Amino acid sequence: MSKTMVAVGTRKGCFLLESDADRRSWSMRGPYCEAWPVYHAVFDQSDGTIYAAAASEWHGSAIWRSADFGETWTHSSEGLAYEDGGKKLSKVSTLSVAHGRVLVGVEAPGIFASGDRGETWSLVTNLEGQPGSELWDDPANQPPGHLGISGITSDPGDANRFWAIVQGVGLFETTDGGTSWTPRNRGLRADWPRPHEEVGFCVHKMVRSSTDGNRMYQQNHVGMHRSDDCGQSWTEITDGLPSEFGFAAAAHPHDRDSFFVIPLDPGHGRTMPEGKAAVWRTRDAGSTWQRSERGLPQHDAHLGVLRQGMAADAYDVPGYYFGTSTGQVFASADDGESWQEIASYLPAISSVDVAIVD
Amino acid sequence: MADLHLPTTLTPLFAGLPRRLDVDAATVDDAISQLDAKWPGVRDRLCEPGPAIRRHIHVYVDRERAQLDTPLDAKSRIDVISAISGG
Repeated sequence: MSKTMVAVGTRKGCFLLESDADRRSWSMRGPYCEAWPVYHAVFDQSDGTIYAAAASEWHGSAIWRSADFGETWTHSSEGLAYEDGGKKLSKVSTLSVAHGRVLVGVEAPGIFASGDRGETWSLVTNLEGQPGSELWDDPANQPPGHLGISGITSDPGDANRFWAIVQGVGLFETTDGGTSWTPRNRGLRADWPRPHEEVGFCVHKMVRSSTDGNRMYQQNHVGMHRSDDCGQSWTEITDGLPSEFGFAAAAHPHDRDSFFVIPLDPGHGRTMPEGKAAVWRTRDAGSTWQRSERGLPQHDAHLGVLRQGMAADAYDVPGYYFGTSTGQVFASADDGESWQEIASYLPAISSVDVAIVD
Repeated sequence: MADLHLPTTLTPLFAGLPRRLDVDAATVDDAISQLDAKWPGVRDRLCEPGPAIRRHIHVYVDRERAQLDTPLDAKSRIDVISAISGG
């Protein structure tokens, strides 16, 4: 019988949640990765190997790996550095695993790759030459926090094609393995002056439909957006949501028109509006939105969810999972109709990923 | 042989790496190289490109703050400390 495994990256290590295909009863193990801050923990969907991007204040950044569902772990950062005297790699932010290759996005902006299951790494690109990129590493131009690669989306059918989000700059696509890049931000909204036409957009999260590769959804700093042409153009679909702001998003695994998002209050709070937890879903590609809150706390629940904090499984009746900045993991085993708290009292959660394993 | 003491944050990262061991090394950098030869990856956990000792790792030789080129002798005591950092 299949097992359902959820990898949870937290400020104090990686945790694993395990259930069967029913996804009602859960057990938890961890913390792993020696309780290093884990920014993104993901499964290699082909074999269940877990990779975790972590950065210790003391011992630097490394990618941790477990090939036995958390029983044993190794870690490496060999090659995971810019050349001496160049940019400084301050954090490993995001992972994408496909085609036997692991991609990691880092701060300052760059993407490294490993073809040997995370043992060694080499720089693929720092998107040099993109409009404004000469200013990306100037501390005077840094937004709050840091500027880096905050998301990578691999193409399941083409190893040379993937998308990367540069924080506060926009979405970019490569079709030649990272040698050249094209900004994919047409139609996005930006409520601030931009010196370059093609960039200067604050893309928080992009997800792509697994049934129609042309269909993408994007949670932006200002608004929800949809693309029907694989990111070449975007249309805003915010109407009907309680907020234009948020980070986390998940696409239905079998229906290109169904999509889930967690709107948050903008500004400093960045928690669910009015202290009432809710996930919002559309069944018609963003024309209308429905609030899904059954099983979620409806008072005094000031929950935040970060950009890698939501995931969808691939069962016939899909399940969804999200982890909060206050250490809860909520799951739906009925396509978002209702929710169950499957873990509590964890450290602040950075990421959630799910895999079905035999 | 110099007397090398390692922090509790480091030793769980490498199977068999003890808290305390003897090294026959001319400098701090040499001592780290010897560790890295036996436990590959130790250097990356203690040093950053430059190379330099990581910002929140402090190394002391005979109670004096040391750098990679600090010399060692057979009676040196080397303490590698995880400095206070974060919460």
